[in-house]
Amino acid sequence: MVQKLDYLKETPSQTAGPYVHIGLAPGAAGFDIYRQELGWDIAGPNAKGERIRVEGIVIDGTGNPVKDVLIETWQANADGVYAHPESEGEVEEGFRGWGRVITDFETGEWGFDTVKPGPVKARKSLGTGPLHPPAHAGDDWLGRGDEGHEDMAPHINLWIVARGINIGLNTRLYFDDEAEANAKDPVLNLIEWHNRRPTLIAKRSERDGKVVYRFDIRLQGEGETVFFDV
Amino acid sequence: MSQAEFYQRDRERHPAALTPDYKTSVMRSPRAALISLQQSVSEITGPVFGHNDIDPIDNDLIHNYAKDGESAIGERIILHGRVLDENGRPVPNTLVEAWQANAGGRYRHKKDSYLAPIDPNFGGCGRTMTDENGFYFFRTVKPGAYPWRNWVNNWRPAHIHFSLFGTSFSQRLITQCYFEGDPLIAKCPIVKTIPTQDGIDSLIAALDMNATVPLDSIAYKFDIVLRGRRSTLFENRLEGN
Repeated sequence: MVQKLDYLKETPSQTAGPYVHIGLAPGAAGFDIYRQELGWDIAGPNAKGERIRVEGIVIDGTGNPVKDVLIETWQANADGVYAHPESEGEVEEGFRGWGRVITDFETGEWGFDTVKPGPVKARKSLGTGPLHPPAHAGDDWLGRGDEGHEDMAPHINLWIVARGINIGLNTRLYFDDEAEANAKDPVLNLIEWHNRRPTLIAKRSERDGKVVYRFDIRLQGEGETVFFDV
Repeated sequence: MSQAEFYQRDRERHPAALTPDYKTSVMRSPRAALISLQQSVSEITGPVFGHNDIDPIDNDLIHNYAKDGESAIGERIILHGRVLDENGRPVPNTLVEAWQANAGGRYRHKKDSYLAPIDPNFGGCGRTMTDENGFYFFRTVKPGAYPWRNWVNNWRPAHIHFSLFGTSFSQRLITQCYFEGDPLIAKCPIVKTIPTQDGIDSLIAALDMNATVPLDSIAYKFDIVLRGRRSTLFENRLEGN
């Protein structure tokens, strides 16, 4: 026998269930209770950068839209800074970078308004662990201080929960008009199957003078979206 | 000592995506393997909430949807506990959200058509921030069991859904809290998506007589553990610090 490690173990996940809206978007469940629901305004009024809309549906393994899904979004501002003390730089007042999005119960369509994020600092080198020290004094594990390495391409982090999903699914949304940056992105390049990378790239179009990116998520089967263990 | 990645999630402790006895998971589970990422700033950051985002009454489900002078019907409980990380450290000032059915097992949701009635004084959702030591509490009524279309005679145990943020998007977690002694727990296909008995036990709130309010409310204690985080100790050491 050996000594017992005294770490606690993470609480196991459970499905959010079909009535997730009651807790996280009660207005959609059919009642008003809170002074202010959270997650409706991602960028705020003062955010710099290009205003965009993102839209899509989530499709299950039978090809049908999932109509009771909840998606949370997490993104940097146009300068590539997250609204978090561990991200270097400042964000505009009112920029939260986090959103909560639900599907239409009839059609399964969802969408949100935000600004297009800027490129974000990458890790210095993917594939090395803590036993491989940074190459230069002053570098840290995030690559801060390391000049000349590639940033991550602009992306929005997504987290998807629903009835039938036992643990939230993490994915990333990239932009099809950032082909050059996408080609160098260290996370996209980690996906060994080149033909799966396009599942993470949203398609740009314009509608009534407004920039719209389409991003459909396929949970299972042909064209299955890449999901990450983060 | 600066903080670095969060510990790898133990996917053998969490439910698998595909758990066929929970039928909806069959067509909503990816078939390809997850791609493992070493964390970048995108994963170690996450939304920050403040006390201004919520109201003090938001954690009192007995009253937060009740008419003046009235209250929800059911077994009055205090559900309290602590949010910790895997290192055993408290997670302070983090948002905790909860939702549940009423005492009869009926949800206030336009898609719930169970014949048990709505309680006019009960909404069914609450939210709070942990304090500086990671403690939280809700005041509510104990939810009832309810039937659901999985097998023809499946009943969910009494449960309250919980949503947690921690300090990073990689700690994001939704789970369910069950109640000590409920015989339906052992029969539930959703509970049984969890692969270990120890994991199941960690979702069962214990009756906590020490925290009851005599002649008012029974108490249950439900602690929640989020992913822990490594420090950059090793990198520093290798650099000669």
